[in-house]
Amino acid sequence: MTSATLTSGATLGSQRVSEDVRYHEDAIRLFVIAAVFWGVVGFLAGTFIALQLAFPALNLGLEWTSFGRLRPVHTSAVIFAFGGNVLFATSLYSVQRTCRQYLFGGEGLAKFIFWNYNVFIVLAALSYVLGFTQGKEYAEPEWILDLYLTVTWVLYAVQFIGTVMTRRESHIYVANWFFMAFILTVAILHIGNNINVPVSLFGMKSYTFVSGVQSAMVQWWYGHNAVGFFLTAGFLGIMYYFVPKRAERPVYSYRLSIVHFWTLIFLYIWAGPHHLHYTSLPDWAQTLGMTFSVMLWMPSWGGMINGIMTLSGAWDKLRTDPVLRFLVTSVAFYGMSTFEGPLMSVKPVNALSHYTDWTVGHVHSGALGWVAFVSFGAIYYLVPVLWKRSQLYSMRLVSYHFWTATIGIVLYITAMWVSGIMQGLMWRAYDNLGFLQYSFVETVAAMHPFYVIRAMGGVLFVTGALIMVYNLWRTAKGDVRIEKPYVTTPHKATVGAA
Amino acid sequence: MDLDSITVMLRSFWTVWLMLLLTGILVYAMWPGNRRTFDDAAQIPLKDDGQEL
Repeated sequence: MTSATLTSGATLGSQRVSEDVRYHEDAIRLFVIAAVFWGVVGFLAGTFIALQLAFPALNLGLEWTSFGRLRPVHTSAVIFAFGGNVLFATSLYSVQRTCRQYLFGGEGLAKFIFWNYNVFIVLAALSYVLGFTQGKEYAEPEWILDLYLTVTWVLYAVQFIGTVMTRRESHIYVANWFFMAFILTVAILHIGNNINVPVSLFGMKSYTFVSGVQSAMVQWWYGHNAVGFFLTAGFLGIMYYFVPKRAERPVYSYRLSIVHFWTLIFLYIWAGPHHLHYTSLPDWAQTLGMTFSVMLWMPSWGGMINGIMTLSGAWDKLRTDPVLRFLVTSVAFYGMSTFEGPLMSVKPVNALSHYTDWTVGHVHSGALGWVAFVSFGAIYYLVPVLWKRSQLYSMRLVSYHFWTATIGIVLYITAMWVSGIMQGLMWRAYDNLGFLQYSFVETVAAMHPFYVIRAMGGVLFVTGALIMVYNLWRTAKGDVRIEKPYVTTPHKATVGAA
Repeated sequence: MDLDSITVMLRSFWTVWLMLLLTGILVYAMWPGNRRTFDDAAQIPLKDDGQEL
């Protein structure tokens, strides 16, 4: 901490406390460990089901290991187990520091939330494998697990918002706004999308309260806002704390961050109908969803510019700090996938892209490039701090992780672009007599090489994550690798010129 | 005029309400008097980290 920033901090008004604030960190260490563990599990599950698509024999002929049951295990493991634990860790870590206040409810409540949430994850995964599902994408757990999660989530809201309400900093920092929007909206989405009628009091099976096209609309109001508020608003909270922290510079424009927050949360909530183009959903609702999705491009790019430009004047850090490289590359991927998304929501484009691998590629450029990379950056920042080590075991290994994972993502998304667009074009091809030119199975056969490339991308991504696990393990032990350090001093020629 | 028809009437101007809301946000964010508050707020993450409890 430089004296300059301390001085400017001291001018902040009467709420500034002079005594040391002591923070809760035990539960946050648990969340970090769980995040890394579930990350590896989720990436492995994803790679395995990618291989199942390329080589169907890997379904093993068993109902428990079939693609249909393992696919929600993969999505829940990466989104809710990995992403969820990352969000708990980062939000509960940064809210204490930006509010200069320890956790409301203390370490006990945080640990209670930790165990409840992670037991929920295990129960949900087991229920999928055993064949219990609501059949709602990203909301597969049956009613009894939904109720269990609701209790856990409300406790999380109490702890986070309680900490903000008892803050000793007069202003609520923008990262906390994003985290609060994420917590509140996910609570509403989860309850709204899971209003179900159980078949029996002690059975798992239930049916949705609304039916038909209304049920579809409720599902995608939930589904798209799970992307918007869980995978975007929550992780933007990470960006607004950890990018300035790692770059040791304030965010590029605090004013832009306010505009970013209000426009993003207001527009996102309307974008869901773009998942139901050309269905029985009324045409006006489809057009509304498309319009809001296109408008969403602006706040998304405003946020991206804010994150990337935070490095303005310190671009050399990208060369010498692979952790910051993870964080900044994640924001670049955020910009790329939030450009692609509005494009795909335009109805004529969607007519080509919908139900194809293009959608899968789009999701993964966001999930791997944005969500996972910003999480890796935050975890690499957090582990030395939480385990009281002066530095990571190895910065070179962070760099190897970065490049392995980046090549993996590039293989994944380019394979899915080619495969998806080819698939869409084959589905709509007619011969000169007006018949469909290709049978469905011909499109599947044509996609095989791209499925293999995609699985190779997944293998690289898992490999990168395993490099991270080794690096973090050695960091926690307190080891430091003997390696060529990154040169952080200014280049000789630059010094001479100045 | 019952509540339903008022709602329908107001809803048909949604683009206007949206623009007013956006304008309000922009005015608040860009208001010269708020500059100092926001500049200070941007420094919050860079302050001292404190200690573990």
